[in-house]
This record gives sequence, structure tokens and C-alpha cells, in this order.
Amino acid sequence: MSHSPILIIIIPLISSFFVPLIGWRKKNLCYPLVVLALFISSILSLYIMGSVITHGSIYYRLGGWEPPWGIEYRIDYLNGFMAVIVSFISFLVAIYSRRSGEQELPDRIVHFYCIFLLLVTGLLGMVVTGDMFNLYVFLEIASLAAYALIAIGEDGALMGSFNYLIMGTIGACFYLLGVGYLYIVTGSLNMNDLSQILPGLYHSRVVRTAFALFIVGLALKMGLFPLHTWLPDAYTHAPSAVSALLASVMSKVSVYIMIRIMFTVFNPYFSIELIPITTMLSWTAGIAILFGEIMAIVQPDLKRMLAYSSVAQIGYIVLGIGLANTMGLTGSLLHVLNHALTKGCLFLGAGAITYRRGTRDIRQLGYLHVEMPFTMAAFTIAALSMIGIPPTCGFFSKYYLILGAIDARQWIWVIILLLSSLLNAIFFFRVIENAYFKPLGVIHESSYDRGEQEEANEVPLGMLIPILALAAAIILTGIFSGKIISTIIQFAIPEGI
Amino acid sequence: MIEYIISKYNYWIYIVLMMIGFYAMISKRNLMKKLIGMTIFQTAIILFYISIGVKRDATIPIVPEHSHEAIKALEYVNPLPHVLMLTAIVVMVSTSGVALALLIMIYKRYKTIEEDEILKLRQEAGA
Amino acid sequence: MDIISIRPLLAVLMGMIGAFFILLAGERHKNIREFSTILASVAKFLLVFSMVPFVFEGKTLVYDLITLAPGLLLEFKVDTFGIFFGVLASFLWIITSIYSIGYMRGLQEHAQTRYFFCFAMALSATMGIAFAGNLLTLFIFYEILTITTYPLVVHKETAEAIKAGRKYLVYTLTGGVTILFSIAFTYHLTGSLDFVGGGFLQDHGSKNVLTLLFITFILGFGVKAAIMPLHEWLPTAMIAPIPVSALLHAVAVVKAGVFGCLRVILYVFGPALLHELDLWWMLAYFVSFTIVVSGIFALVQDNLKVRLAFSTINALSIIILGAALLSPSAVKGGILHIANHGFMKITLFFCAGAIYVKTHKEKVSELDGLARQMPFTMGSFAIGAMGLAGIPPICGFISKWYLCLGALEAHEITFLFVLLISAMLDAAYFFPIIYNSLFKRSQEINPTFNEAPWLILVPMLIAAIISIILGIAPDAFVHFFKMAALIGQNTLH
Repeated sequence: MSHSPILIIIIPLISSFFVPLIGWRKKNLCYPLVVLALFISSILSLYIMGSVITHGSIYYRLGGWEPPWGIEYRIDYLNGFMAVIVSFISFLVAIYSRRSGEQELPDRIVHFYCIFLLLVTGLLGMVVTGDMFNLYVFLEIASLAAYALIAIGEDGALMGSFNYLIMGTIGACFYLLGVGYLYIVTGSLNMNDLSQILPGLYHSRVVRTAFALFIVGLALKMGLFPLHTWLPDAYTHAPSAVSALLASVMSKVSVYIMIRIMFTVFNPYFSIELIPITTMLSWTAGIAILFGEIMAIVQPDLKRMLAYSSVAQIGYIVLGIGLANTMGLTGSLLHVLNHALTKGCLFLGAGAITYRRGTRDIRQLGYLHVEMPFTMAAFTIAALSMIGIPPTCGFFSKYYLILGAIDARQWIWVIILLLSSLLNAIFFFRVIENAYFKPLGVIHESSYDRGEQEEANEVPLGMLIPILALAAAIILTGIFSGKIISTIIQFAIPEGI
Repeated sequence: MIEYIISKYNYWIYIVLMMIGFYAMISKRNLMKKLIGMTIFQTAIILFYISIGVKRDATIPIVPEHSHEAIKALEYVNPLPHVLMLTAIVVMVSTSGVALALLIMIYKRYKTIEEDEILKLRQEAGA
Repeated sequence: MDIISIRPLLAVLMGMIGAFFILLAGERHKNIREFSTILASVAKFLLVFSMVPFVFEGKTLVYDLITLAPGLLLEFKVDTFGIFFGVLASFLWIITSIYSIGYMRGLQEHAQTRYFFCFAMALSATMGIAFAGNLLTLFIFYEILTITTYPLVVHKETAEAIKAGRKYLVYTLTGGVTILFSIAFTYHLTGSLDFVGGGFLQDHGSKNVLTLLFITFILGFGVKAAIMPLHEWLPTAMIAPIPVSALLHAVAVVKAGVFGCLRVILYVFGPALLHELDLWWMLAYFVSFTIVVSGIFALVQDNLKVRLAFSTINALSIIILGAALLSPSAVKGGILHIANHGFMKITLFFCAGAIYVKTHKEKVSELDGLARQMPFTMGSFAIGAMGLAGIPPICGFISKWYLCLGALEAHEITFLFVLLISAMLDAAYFFPIIYNSLFKRSQEINPTFNEAPWLILVPMLIAAIISIILGIAPDAFVHFFKMAALIGQNTLH
């Protein structure tokens, strides 16, 4: 088990190699293989998290090479926590992907699984690695897989994917340049090593340029306003399982790297005191929240609405980073988890609705609660979490963010956070209202009769179980958020905040 | 001033190349041109990395097995940036590969790779 | 003295358990569904009732469920005020459940499972509000209450109902957000959110900050307490089925708002601080405005339910006025009015429902001569109406008496006049209804005896009779009077 940090990456990677081989002879075997691989990864990530909690950080030297020359995987509370989120959400999405994949991409399911596993490999790799260049490689693995996965979606996905590719490449190249600049002045690529060398060089212009390149590159990758332009198209047109994974996990991993670079590679003193980056981040985040939510209100397409809401939610998380105090970062990290669960549930729910109804037009969701009672219940719970209604988890992260803003004495963010709850309520209740209280839309109009009870026509269990599991997780995470904070998040907050 | 520019000419070249690529990616409406811009952009970064490993009058970093002389770092080129670029080139080639595949698909679907025309086609389809 | 007991948790969960069985039974097993509603309501009442003796022994039942955040517990604490509200709401749920069954069956309503489910969940949330030990716990259940009552408002699923639902959400969620801000700010100032009799905010923060905080708190809770100008949602929400209006829009939801206001006034800020900040009279004038204006508004409403809604707005502000005066009798009277108004208003709504089920009439102007057809209904109506106007021996008299005494104790003659004017307005908008139903004649109403079904009649009569009993013996049953006095003692040191 001492090799578990590398195993959680290797297992999906090797499986992604075997998927096409097996799929060539027997298509049906791919699905169990994918689910098994991700299941093992999830269990391993839990094991790693457990041993971080009991024994402290884990250091793993790849190939036995000493850092800073060799690649070191270093897992502490922060990335252990991220690894659990990434592996579990991708496990659930993988379970879901079978039936939705059968409908959305019947003849390409084998390729889909192969790339899906590569995406998870890349994401997990980004999370566990302690080496700046290694991180770039995993970033590109994940991104390339994401471009391909988006492209196999419906009509319009091609352009979305191409735009994402162009923007994503710019982001990744900026990151790479930043690594190069740091390498020029320090000669090191190891994060831990860098963090020890850098404080003496904080006034060097090269270091500052590198920092700026990192932030811009990562902002592009996570879709932070105003660099979000690729995001709505990509999320809307991708297959539903992919949208769920991208929205809930991939953007969060970029956020994680941002936190890592701002507060571990560079120290908080640099990021908070020496340069005005936190102020800039909070302003962009604040605008992102309002912009994303106002755009979401006017969207008729359910998935596009969720995509714009993601822009806003990234704003929440970055706002917490921008506040740069304990409460704010607690809120941020909690929101990373909460948003992963919530957005995952919403996108999977939207996928399920499309699976049965064949449309994502919000105005045509009438009487959905009779047709799909469980999906709609889960969707409603997730929507309430987005709005921030207790005891769902979304409330607690919002609460901490507000506390953080009050602690920082920045009232404008308090107002924006509160206002955003209401904006969220507007577009989520639009969906709920249509689904629960409106008669059937255009499609089923003829068969609509109030007295007559429609038969329930739920999605297959394989799709329903992940949705319900996420909905249950939303409530449980909410109730146990205190426990999560006291055992994990409070230790994940970088020192010196 | 001129001396300052010339003494750091490798950085200037990389910056100029990068900006050309960046310009093409942002402002060209033809998708193939965008892709070309992207490749220039990436190549510029590779050049940057390669140039930072170079030392004047230095040789390749291979140390004879039974050499008894002390190893002087100044005599060898820094191999690490070059090794990194080997990986980066692989990444970039695969990015170009994916992008080209996407372009082919886009062309098959819309019979054009002009962004404006595609947008128009899609709007018509939507309306 | 604190006793750790799981009873408050069970009392809260009982509604949810009931809701679960209601969902399980569904439309197919109507009888089981309705049986589980009744069973849950009775079980909940018994649980709450069993906690009453502890409170009179001066003990507090405490149950810490879980840590929500470092230093913040999801905590239930049954103090006098909590048990007062809990007993009231859980008892009224029993009779409303019986009434609901009669009403829903009588009108053959649709989506009854959703209706009963949401009702049970809303009551669960109400218990949570009553027994919350700190502001965060209270807020959590407060928001659950908002969400679970939304489907009840939209129950009719017509365009008008959906619009009403939207309005309801806009008002209550905005209120909720304001409360959230106030709570976060309180936490920032003190690092604690636990209710303490007499307040815990003293010496935390400057005068301006605390004034602002008090205003945001009152604005937040004031939405559900329907203080003008935040009351708009309540008349609109009257589109909900009548049992919903009866229990939720006259007792559970609006009283939750009032409960929140009172918790803030008496247990967060405390009388001493409010005197120091000179805030109590500002609040008192603010609600006095509501008292008078809502009475005038009620005069001109032709829809019976809307008229009742304005009367509710009036009564809610009277309760808050009692607390705002901060004198022992006023607080006692105000809190007593929570219960008394609950019984009287539910009687009135039940009457409106009985009339609607039997005759499908909703307008005041259509009720001429109805007393001949429905004597019991109109009789109960008269009891409720007279009680609200403060006529002895109905319970409304007792609470208003103490409120007037309280105004005198506080040396504020103005508010005495406000109370008297409001009593006159009460009479002015209720008595014509009684008079017309007795003495006028109408073509449309058949003057032969034809009452509503007994499932509707019995709860209505029970509520009316209790209103009288509480007027004659205010300390009957669970000693509401003694409780109100105790709350006053505990908070106004």
C-alpha cells in the first residue's frame, strides 16, 4: 500500500489502455473494467486520505529518485481531499455513463471509456503530483482528453471543443512559461524545493512575471470571468456524463492548483501582501458571480443555464481565495466539495431529463415530477443547495464565505453573495416551477389531463443511482460539514493565512 | 539599448514569435489559421526553454565513465530544459493532432472552416 | 438546569417520519396516508406535551445533534418560549389534519399526497424553529419552512397560484438572506449564537453597528411576521387551500416570523440593550403603523380570506408591539396573544373553509343570510371575531387586557390608543359579516339547515370552544398563561 499515491493514477491509466483492446472483442466488458478501475482508485484515495489524517503528509518518490531531481508526489490534507472528490465523482459519473452513453453515442462507447479514463488519470495526476512540470504533463493529458470527450457530443460540440482547445492551450502554455521562468531563477521544479528558494527572490521581476503567468493560465483553465468564453459552449454540447465531470471536477482541480501555487509554492505573504492579486481575484470573482447568474437567468436551455451557473460558482470559490482569510478559504474549500457534488447532481439530472424527454428546453419540462419523481427530487435538492437553503451543503459554504467577507470587512462581497442567492433562486425555481406546477409542455400536450395520473417513467437504475447518491451526499455533507471542516479542511488551509 | 536587445536576442525572438502566434489565435477567423497560430505559439515556448539551457563554449552533458577530473558544471549544457521539451513536444504534437482531427470533423460537418460562416450556419439551423 | 433528552429531536423528526409514510402510502392508499398524518400529529403533540412539566420545574431539555461548524451546534433546547410555541403548533396540527382530510375530500382536490407531505414537513420545521437552541439552528428550520410551504401556496397550479408562489418566494427568500447576513454578523461580533434570556449582544460592537444589526434582523424576520411594508405576500398567499391558510398563514409560518422577532428582541438583544440603544420605541412605532393601517385595509377587502389575512397582519404586529414595549405585562400579553390569536384565527379560517366547501363562496358580500343555513359555522365565526375584537369572555380579551396594561406600565399612552383603535377596527370589519349573515336575506342562499361535513365541523367547534375556555380560564390545559408569565420573568430581569 505504500505505492498507493502512484497506483491511483496508474490504475486508470493502464485500464484506459486495455479498454480499447477488450472493447475490440467484447464491447460489454469495457463498462465493468472502467467502473472497477475507478472504484479501486476511489478506495485508494480514501485510504490515502485516512493515512494523511492519522500519520500526516505522504511523500512518494517516483522511481526512488531523490527530490528535487526526481519527481516527488506529496500528499497532504489539501490534495488528499481533492483526490477523494475527483475519484469519487468520476466513479459515480462512470456508473451513470453506461446508459446515457448508449443513447448519446452508441457506436463510440469504447472510445468514450478509453478517453474518460485518461481524463480521470490526468485529473488525479494533477492533484497528487508535487512537481511543477509533471503537473503540466497531467494538465495536458486531462485537457486533451477533455477536448476529445466534448467533441463526441451533439451537434455544436465540435466548435465548442475547438474553442476550448485554443483557449486551453493558451492557458497551458502560460502555465508552462511560468514554470520556465521559475526554473531560470531557481533551477528547481519541485514545489517544496521552490517554496524554500523563492522567498529570497520575491522582488525579482522574473518571479513576479511567472506568478502572473500562472494566475492567468489557471484562470483560463478554470473558466474564471472574463476568460470563461469557452465554457458555456463546451459544457452545453458535451455528452451529459462529460459535462458533469468537467463542471464538477475539472474546474475544481484548476482551482486547487491556483491555491497550491498561491499559498504553497509562493507563500501567503507574497500572494497577499506583496502584490495586489487577492484584490484583483476578488473583483473578477465578484463580477463573475453576478455575470454568470444574470446570464443563467435568460437561458432557455437547461444545460447552458447550468454552465453559466458554473461560471458564477467558480466565482464563489475564487472569491474565497481572494478574501485570503481562514473563513474565506474554509468556505472556498468547502465549496469545492459542495459544488462538485451539486453541479454533478444537476448535470446528471439534466442528462436524465434529456434521456427521457429528448429536450432540454426549460419551458417544456411540465409535469416532470410525475414522470420522473426521483430524478426531480434529486434535482430539486441540488437546486436548493445551489441557492443555499440549509441543511443542504451549499448553505454552509456560503455561510463561511459570508463570514470570510465580514472578517475581511469587505461589505460589497457580503452583498454580492447574498444577492447571488436570490439570483440563483430565480433561475432554479424557474425549473422547479415548470417541472412541478406547469402542465406538460408542447410535446405531451395532447395527453395531458389533470385528473389522470401519468405513469412514472424513470431513467434506468444505472443512471438513477448516481443521481440519488449525489443528492444524498449533498444533504449529508451539509449536515456533517462541521465534521469535514474539523477533520480535513482546517488542516488543508495553508499556513500563514 | 541596442546592446541590451542583442545580448538577450533569444528572448526577443521568442517573444516576437509568441506574439505572432497569439495574434493569429485570437484574431483570425479561419480555424486553420488559428491552429497555425497555436503551433507558432507553442514552438516559441519550446525555443525559449531550449535557449535557457544553452551555455557558451559548453558541450553535451556526458561525463566519461572513468574520468578522474572534477566535473565543472560550466563546461556542460544544462540538459534538463531540453529533456522537458522532449515531453512538451510530445504534448504539443498530440494537441495539434487532436486539433486537426477536430478541424476535419468540422469541415465534414459544415463544409467550411471559416468561423463566421459556421456561426451563421448554426444560427440558421437554430432558427 | 439542563437535562439531556432526545425528546425535542424526536418531536422535530416526527413530522418528517410522518411525511415519509405519507409519501410511501401515496395516492393509492388514501386511508393509510391520512391515518399517518393524524398519527404523526398526535404523536408529535404527545411528545411535546410530555416536555411541559420539565419546563415548569425550571429545567431545560437540551439535545446537541451535531456540530455544524466549529463552535456552532445543531442544538435543540426546550425553554419556556419554545415549548409554548411547540405545544400551540403541534396541537393545532391535530385539528387541522382532521379538518384537512374533510376539506380535501370534500373538494376532491388533486395532488393530495404532495399536500399532506409538505404539511407534515412544514410542521417538522416549525418544531425545529420552536426548539432551536441557537440562531443558526433556528435559521436552518426557518428556511426549510419556507421551502416546504412553497408547494402548498402553488397548490392550485393555476397561473395565479404560480404567480403567488413566486411572490411568496421572493419575499421570504429575501427575508431569509437578510437574516443570514444578520446571523453571520452576530457571529462575527460575538463568536456565539446561543439564545440567552435577556440577550447576549451587550458590549459587543458600537451603537451604530448594533442598531444596524437590529434593523436587519427585524427586516429579515419581519417578512414572515408580515410587518408592513413587507406584508404583501400574505394576502397573495391566500390562494392556498384553506387549511394551509389556517395553520400555516395564521399560525406556523407567520408566527415563526414573530417567534424569530421575539427571540431577537428578548434573547439576542435583550431589554437592557434595547433600552440603551433607544430602539424599542422605534420598533413599537413601526409596528403600530402596521397595526392601524392593516386594520383599515381589512375594512375594504371583499374576499373573506384576504380580510382574514389583513386581520392576521394586524394581530402579528400587536404581538411584536407587546414585546417591543418591554414591560412585564406587555410581554406577557403579547406572548399570550400568540396562542390566543392562533386559536381564534384558526376558527375563523375553518369557518371560511366550511363556507367554501358548502357554498363555494369566498366573498364577504355573498354571505348574507348564511347563518340560517350554517348556524354552527357562523356561530364559531362570531366567537372568533368577537375574540379578536377583545370582547370578554373570549380569550382575545385576556391578551389585549395585558397588552393595554403593559402600555401603561411603559408609560406610553400612544400605544394604548393604538391598541384600542385596532380593537375598534377589528369590530368594524368583522361585525358587518356577522350582522349580514344573521339579518339580511339573499336569493342565493337557501335558509334551511345544511352544515358542512363533520370532519370540518368538529375541528372548527373544538377551536371555537377552546377560544372561550382560554378566555374564562387562561391557565387551562397546558398553562399558557403561566408560561407567558415565566417567559417575561426570564427575559426582563
